[in-house]
Amino acid sequence: MNTIALVGNPNSGKTTLFNALTGSNQHVGNWPGVTVEKKEGKVTHNDTEFNIVDLPGTYSLGAYSEDEVVARDFILKDNPDVVINVVDATNLERGMYLTTQLLEMGTKIILVLNMMDEAKAKNIEIDIKKLSKNLGVPVVATVASKRKGLDMLLEESISYINKEANQRSIKSYGDYMDKEILHIENILEGSNFDYPKKWLAIKLLEGDMDVLNYIEKNVQKDNFERIKNITGKSQDFELEIVDKRYEFVGEIISSSVVKPEVEKVTLTDKVDKIITNKFLGLPIFAIIMFFIFQITFVIGSDLLGGYVATAIEMFGEFVLNLLEGLNAPELLTSFLVEGIIGGVGAVFEFIPLIVVLYFFLGILEDTGYMARAAYIMDGIMRALGLHGKTFISMIVGFGCNVPGVMAARTLENKKDRMIAILINPFMSCGARLPIYLVFIAAFFPDNGGVVLFTLYVLGIITALILGKIFSKTLFKGESSYFIMELPPYRLPSFRVVIRDMWDKVWDFIHRAGTIIFVVISLLWVLSILPLGVEPYSQESILGRIGTFLAPIFVPAGFGTWQATVSLFAGIAAKEAVVAILGMVYAGVSEGSQLTLALQSVFTPLTAISFMVMTLFYTPCAAVLATVKSETGSSKWAIFIALYPFVLGWIASVIIYQVGTLLGF
Amino acid sequence: MINNSLIQLKPNEKAIIGEIVNCGSARKRLYELGLNKGAKVTMVKNDIGPVILNLYGHKLALGRGLASKIIVG
Ligand SMILES: Nc1nc2c(ncn2[C@@H]2O[C@H](COP(=O)(O)OP(=O)(O)OP(=O)(O)O)[C@@H](O)[C@H]2O)c(=O)[nH]1
Ligand SMILES: [Mg+2]
Repeated sequence: MNTIALVGNPNSGKTTLFNALTGSNQHVGNWPGVTVEKKEGKVTHNDTEFNIVDLPGTYSLGAYSEDEVVARDFILKDNPDVVINVVDATNLERGMYLTTQLLEMGTKIILVLNMMDEAKAKNIEIDIKKLSKNLGVPVVATVASKRKGLDMLLEESISYINKEANQRSIKSYGDYMDKEILHIENILEGSNFDYPKKWLAIKLLEGDMDVLNYIEKNVQKDNFERIKNITGKSQDFELEIVDKRYEFVGEIISSSVVKPEVEKVTLTDKVDKIITNKFLGLPIFAIIMFFIFQITFVIGSDLLGGYVATAIEMFGEFVLNLLEGLNAPELLTSFLVEGIIGGVGAVFEFIPLIVVLYFFLGILEDTGYMARAAYIMDGIMRALGLHGKTFISMIVGFGCNVPGVMAARTLENKKDRMIAILINPFMSCGARLPIYLVFIAAFFPDNGGVVLFTLYVLGIITALILGKIFSKTLFKGESSYFIMELPPYRLPSFRVVIRDMWDKVWDFIHRAGTIIFVVISLLWVLSILPLGVEPYSQESILGRIGTFLAPIFVPAGFGTWQATVSLFAGIAAKEAVVAILGMVYAGVSEGSQLTLALQSVFTPLTAISFMVMTLFYTPCAAVLATVKSETGSSKWAIFIALYPFVLGWIASVIIYQVGTLLGF
Repeated sequence: MINNSLIQLKPNEKAIIGEIVNCGSARKRLYELGLNKGAKVTMVKNDIGPVILNLYGHKLALGRGLASKIIVG
């Protein structure tokens, strides 16, 4: 099968195109660095099947950060049959710098001019035929977000794959450079490489470390020394090569693209004046976040949450009556009604909330505000020894910490990246939301939005303070420079927002049906054994395990076996906390009303202490596994399993003890 | 201190990029972003926090430390 890779600058619309072509549902957002790993999909057009690979955005083939390494390695090592080079049509000057590098390498490319709608709006005229002729490559105009130009692109791909390529590239890098290139090529003569020799020579002169390492492994020592003598002669080789590339781009563009002399003041300019204003930026950011939580709470919980809860309760009663009518064994009834409906069902009650929260976070991502948030926060972040871009990975963590940890790939420097990974779990993810909500419903029903906002802010502040501590102790050294594009604001596409939201909600439902289901089933068995004991009682195996561990949490005010078991089960997946509480308390009070049960065993103070514990303590197994794979070491996974637990314990003990002293 | 660097530009002031000094691997990244010698930029925002430039009609935010290492003509 033919493999096509999508390559281009960050935020040029690769993933939008990928989704449109393959019918996939990969994450799209209006900020650079959304995609950090490669994704594959298939499409069939006129009986030809393609394997399409979406890659992280990159500005060049000289990798700088981890996500770019993914893109670069794929292009260099996996030899796609054709590369679709996606370029933002409003920014050919920069986008085609990468194109030039692909041409240098001799990669077979199709140039896609995406965002043609925006180019048109900016009165940029592009003569596609001429551009294609100048470059010797097929050029296709698309509007990926409106699915325009896709058929044309697929047709070009089919015909180009079987055609002999006759692509143009830079002929001369100047007399002096040409001589050095030739010189290195001669030294490389006689050995076999996976890449064209001229390209290797250019990369060596450019000072590309990866190519240098590759050459060291593949040539004799004296030849390697000779090469290093040449490349070491001047610092300016790199500059010369860059200049030549831009010259090439300029030459190609000048005869095929007409841009208006005077640029219009855009809406983006006007909005940015306010959003990034030195006095208004931070307050606006805080207000936006506050409203998101407030609205989430009002719509998700008060307006819709009740219906779902009632529906689940009615369903529970229905099943109960049905089973009793059928004279079903008592154990089966207990498993289904208390374990599954009481436990897993407790998780389902929060779907409306998750829907609303993700809807708003999605809008935040698609408008282009994310990049501004990073910009606004850079000052504070820098003062703490962190990189402004860390903030993006933090906001992504609000959805789920797994992509949050992975988003740290876009941070170039190891120090910044490690800190971003280690503090991400303090960003309260969607799976922890249900925990807060049951406690809010039980104890703070009138101030839900405020409590929720406070918890999230507490998470952010803790993450920042820890970041500061880590940058002073574990990872010393300078942060890398802040360099970030601020994309134009875009009207969020309803389809994209809904699709991204649905993806996350589906994931939530899926987890409830799989991991939560399994955890609950296992613990249910433990809670009725040994046979003959009162189910869900302290005498059950589960009760005894919980009772054994509960003293740990006595100083924090929630040293019951039920709370203890739920916390430990939450390490498998955070939704399990509510599910377990729902199951073990399902029999306590009338119906499956978890809130009533909680009111009888918690107080407002212990509720706060418990919520803070769940905000801080050990991240779930999926996050631990991601930390392990992203840092390449179990050491950090163990570290991140332990220190948040200790921190959460200390915080909840302080809350409970101080609160008790103050008479709460 | 360099007295003709990006950081000295006022909002709406236009300039042409010259040398970029003393910033290690960031120099190459700036080149790749189009801030090579001869590129035309307009300062958009320069008060606190990173500066914002307009480069080919697109906005680029650069930390102040870095902006002070980019010489303009
Ligand atoms: N107006 C317009 N917007 C588009 C078009 N294609 C994509 N977008 C928007 O551009 C933004 C970036 O799209 P993505 O597909 O996430 O870009 P990407 O190239 O995958 O970005 P990275 O993963 O960060 O490298 C999103 O907000 C899209 O909705 C288009 O043709 N026209
Ligand atoms: Mg992408």
